[in-house]
Amino acid sequence: AASCRSRSEAKSGRTDLIFLIRFRHCCLLRNQRCVVAYLYDRLLRIRALRWEYGSVLPSAIHFHMSAEEVEWFNRYKKSLATYMRSVGGEEGLDLTQDIKPPKSLYIEVRCLKDYGEFEIDDGTTVLLKKNSQHFLPRWKCEQLIRQGVLEHVLS
Amino acid sequence: APDSDGGSEELVLTPAQLIRSLEQAWLNEKFAPELLESKPEIIECVVEQLDHMEANLKRAKKGDLKVSVHHMEIERIRYVLSSYLRCRLVKIEKFFPHVLEKEKSRAEGEPSILSPEEFAFAKEYMANTETYLKNAALKHMPPNLQKVSLLKSVPKPNLDSFVFLRVLERQENILVEPETDEQREYTIDLEEGSQHLIRYKTIAPLVASGAVQLI
Repeated sequence: AASCRSRSEAKSGRTDLIFLIRFRHCCLLRNQRCVVAYLYDRLLRIRALRWEYGSVLPSAIHFHMSAEEVEWFNRYKKSLATYMRSVGGEEGLDLTQDIKPPKSLYIEVRCLKDYGEFEIDDGTTVLLKKNSQHFLPRWKCEQLIRQGVLEHVLS
Repeated sequence: APDSDGGSEELVLTPAQLIRSLEQAWLNEKFAPELLESKPEIIECVVEQLDHMEANLKRAKKGDLKVSVHHMEIERIRYVLSSYLRCRLVKIEKFFPHVLEKEKSRAEGEPSILSPEEFAFAKEYMANTETYLKNAALKHMPPNLQKVSLLKSVPKPNLDSFVFLRVLERQENILVEPETDEQREYTIDLEEGSQHLIRYKTIAPLVASGAVQLI
């Protein structure tokens, strides 16, 4: 009877230990999952930055990124550039342009900051000075509108 | 008219038919929850078509009214093409482990869902993300926690989501799964020209075959 009791005591002790180990492992797995989810979510936002701001990120945003994130961003934009070059003939197709369906060929834009000389297709240049307004080809302005240099004026 | 040089079928499409194929592929890709078959022939022909149109434009007289109209047309086609390719990239990035797994386990004759360039992009995306997670977090973790299965962690596309479709070719006896426990599975016929709201999973093969158009 005594040996039975001690055996059952020993068994219950082991069960407690197994329970603790399993519980701790679940906690560790959950922590791992939270960390990975957090980092992955940041990656998704950084990915979105490439599409919104272009290949050069504003320094304020760059400042908030870790070295590994900057490396990921650089690899991503390189991979994207390779892909875009491979599609659409000799020069490739810039998929970060033409985000919205084109409504007209030319649009009225106002300059928000001093940008300097800007060349349009037929060789003529326009001086983009702050607060100046211009009637320019839509596809040339897309990038500058996204960067905040120009503003589309809707009459 | 530009003709496709992919595969054994020689398809000769008029420019109008080509653009319609592009628009159909674009809409299907937009509304389908999963990445659809790649259409390299359509893309190649559309690019050729755009180059052709741009060359014509350069040769045209300046100030000719037709120039603006043609220019707009080029812009519109380029928008649809870009939107189509962007939509695919978004899905590739969103479901990258599953997309790569599906491509790896593809049978010999089955059509590919990734073009060779998309495949390269997907592999690079996966490697890049795996390297990042390893260096940013996993390598600092206890030895038995240094691996994460992206195939298990990244969500799969929801094939049960509802889609709107228009029937292009009449289909008979499509099996529909019951929604509740009280219902039983039943069959429906899809009349040409009719429109339906149905779970994507039920009609996925019909999208691939071109029998229905997602709207």
